[in-house]
Amino acid sequence: MAISLKLNGNPTTVEAEPGTPLLWVIRDELKLTGTKFGCGVASCGACTVHVDGEPTRSCQTYIEDVEGAEITTIEAMEDTKVGAAVQQAWVEMDVVQCGYCQSGQIMSAVGLLTENPKPSVDDIHDYMHGNACRCATYQRIRAAIQRASDILEA
Amino acid sequence: MTMKVSRRGFLASASAAVLVLGVRPDGALAAGETDAMLNPFVKVASDGQVTGIVKHFEKGQGPATGLSTLIAEELGVSIEQITYEFAPSNPEIYANTFFGGFQGTGGSTAMANSFMQYRQAGAAARELLIKAAADAWGVDASGLKIVEGIVTGGGKTAPIGDFVAAASTMEAPADPPLTPPSEWRLIGNPDVRRLDSPIKTNGKAMFAMDLHLPNQMVAVISRAPSRGGLVAGFDDSACSEVKGFIRAATLPNKAGVAVYAEDTWAAFQARDLLSVDWDMSAAETRSSDEIKSEIMAALDEAPTYNVSKTDHAATKSAVDGAETVVEQTFYFPLLAHAPMEPLNCTIEANADGGVTLHDGCQAPTGPHMALSQIFELPMEKVRINTMLAGGSFGRRATPDADYQVEAALAFVITDRKRPVKLVWSREDDMRSGYYRPAVGHRVRVGLTGGKIVGWDHHVAGQSIMKGTAFEAMAVRDGIDHSSVEGTADGPYQIPGMFVGLTDTPKATSTLWWRSVGHTHTAYVMEVMMDQAAKAASADPVEFRLAYLSGEGDDQKRKANVLRLVAEKANWGNAPEGRYQGVAVHKSFGTYVAEIAEISGNPDDGIVIENVTCVVDCGIPVNPDVIKAQMEGGIGYGIGHVMRDQITLAGGEVEQYNFPDYEPLRISDIRGIDVHIVKSEAAPSGVGEPGTPPSAPALANAIAAASGVMVASLPMEEEGVYFA
Ligand code: FES
Ligand code: FES
Repeated sequence: MAISLKLNGNPTTVEAEPGTPLLWVIRDELKLTGTKFGCGVASCGACTVHVDGEPTRSCQTYIEDVEGAEITTIEAMEDTKVGAAVQQAWVEMDVVQCGYCQSGQIMSAVGLLTENPKPSVDDIHDYMHGNACRCATYQRIRAAIQRASDILEA
Repeated sequence: MTMKVSRRGFLASASAAVLVLGVRPDGALAAGETDAMLNPFVKVASDGQVTGIVKHFEKGQGPATGLSTLIAEELGVSIEQITYEFAPSNPEIYANTFFGGFQGTGGSTAMANSFMQYRQAGAAARELLIKAAADAWGVDASGLKIVEGIVTGGGKTAPIGDFVAAASTMEAPADPPLTPPSEWRLIGNPDVRRLDSPIKTNGKAMFAMDLHLPNQMVAVISRAPSRGGLVAGFDDSACSEVKGFIRAATLPNKAGVAVYAEDTWAAFQARDLLSVDWDMSAAETRSSDEIKSEIMAALDEAPTYNVSKTDHAATKSAVDGAETVVEQTFYFPLLAHAPMEPLNCTIEANADGGVTLHDGCQAPTGPHMALSQIFELPMEKVRINTMLAGGSFGRRATPDADYQVEAALAFVITDRKRPVKLVWSREDDMRSGYYRPAVGHRVRVGLTGGKIVGWDHHVAGQSIMKGTAFEAMAVRDGIDHSSVEGTADGPYQIPGMFVGLTDTPKATSTLWWRSVGHTHTAYVMEVMMDQAAKAASADPVEFRLAYLSGEGDDQKRKANVLRLVAEKANWGNAPEGRYQGVAVHKSFGTYVAEIAEISGNPDDGIVIENVTCVVDCGIPVNPDVIKAQMEGGIGYGIGHVMRDQITLAGGEVEQYNFPDYEPLRISDIRGIDVHIVKSEAAPSGVGEPGTPPSAPALANAIAAASGVMVASLPMEEEGVYFA
């Protein structure tokens, strides 16, 4: 079936079978590979994208459910104010190790700071709980979210 | 480790002037690029762009930045002026100098084995460029230097790119002098940033999983429900319902059925509809409980091997005659590595009749040889393109190159016209994988007058090396050292110490897992040290120091990190309601001490408030990368002992995905402070050594808080809960 959506600001039509996870349409059909496959069952957050501004696990989002939606991926984050601040903080603090989870971490962090520009440590823990990092970069993720919050405030 | 600079050669580049420097098979530094026998570490293009050719794969542990730092330091460019590429597979040139003729990453050796090699390569490049500039300017080379990529001296300046063409027609100078430590700008500089941060932050980093070759097929494998099962037949009639399904075929070794499809999702769906008959006659049938019983029964018998080469009877009688005896039996379950990027790799045919493997390749020599056999191709017709790896923790290097072989078998039975990308799901990774072996320890420590008089230690478990291609190399006198490393061979000078080993049968494929044997030996050594200190009514730090009082460097460095961590964590002065636990361990040449500080209690939930870490890894090349590796190593160690294990029922793995193997989450450890010891010793590794002391430091803190000493893991199985 043909599905129309807006991807990173561009109207896009994709051809996919109903029930196909948005993740695989983004990665295999649209070839935007910044969005990662980690578990496929909504328990790691590596596949996080924004659907109409909301961080969403694309591995558990069926393509037919995002007809007409606005999908934003990591590739477009540098064009947004919050995204750019988060990426700046991430690079300043060298958050990444293997890096495979980090697109998802950043998409969630942007969601958090958009909703809550001055999150407490508990707010960060609650919001970021579903984003696993097997390299355990959490110490720096926590610090970089706080740093991004400062950048945005400045 | 040193590298002789005995012979130099030059080869002019044909078109664009590119100066390429490297080390030849005979160990000589060489420049040039037209001779295939010359293998470069440093490339300088005519626009001045410097590229480090990195022989170690990057799974986050930092060699892309680290080895580039060494080149940039010597060459005289800033860290912003260098980029990196991963080396091709060519063990004659890119071997890990600690692994004989084998190219690969492991044992926390990337920096240690490259430190001199990459500095010399950078220095040789610098000397060539300076010589070319001196000739061009008609001045003496001794008055010239390269600063931030600019050749300066004799009243002139020009970018290095101006001299690449000329340099590539000259003979390299002998014995390029190395920059003395007092002049280092980049080595040891905490402000040097990772070279791979930007691409891993904006989605542009290319992991092997991200490769989409034109016309590729995706292959997923249906594997036997337990180890050792073989395909007896299959029915794929239902698979054709899936749009994009291509076909299914039994792998030549009958270990599975390959399902080919146009894309990943179609492949997963078709596999779900495939029905396979398995011949399970030779398959594993045991459960985890049986495995544990086998290990415990082995501990009741005398050990097979005398690891410490000491007198067991003498140790036994010393312990039996002691005033106090502390005895404990420990059990460590199977653990999965679960790197964030599920395993995958792609194989394509080349125009010359060869093949290329695209892979986050940890140890290229293994898959290189395996592919050369499977495709019946000479080694030079098999190429490996090493890509970024989304973690490994040991999983991407197996003695039998398991997933690369699987991909090769899935490719070899096709017409080879379409590239085949093998993809594992998370469930494949969790259920069909290789595991940290299950291990048991029993220790009896005898104390008299508050001092250890005997330490009787028996390890029983599944060997990693036996039955693999590495057995001949890694097993001595029957002893797989990786089962016992970190016990008798550690810096502690323990009187009357005996360590014995018994192997128990493997129930799964076993594999090194971040820090290998130290994952369990450090836990046992450091928990027993605490228990012994308690029996002696001694302070745990002071008690340990008594066994590190020797004059040897090994004792001094271990004692030093222990003293420092006590100071940094304000040992013994935890705030009200908080409890501390300490552990110190040497692994892979690096000394790490950690203090975990917790609140709460095992019934209502423990909160890990902070972990303080002191590391001595010799010269700290990239201090911020070292800190990050300690942070990550601590998280990896603690996350697993909190709640993870792989269990078997009737031979089948019971875990499927992360919900059954819950990863460490952001709130699990509230803070980590890392301090690096200033050192002039040769650099040692940092990828693994942060892990071993983390779990026993936590266990000792829990014991301090509650009196509960957890001897069987994971902790949550033993009734210790985390908030
Ligand atoms: S891949 Fe979607 S949450 Fe893990
Ligand atoms: S950086 Fe490796 S999984 Fe997060």
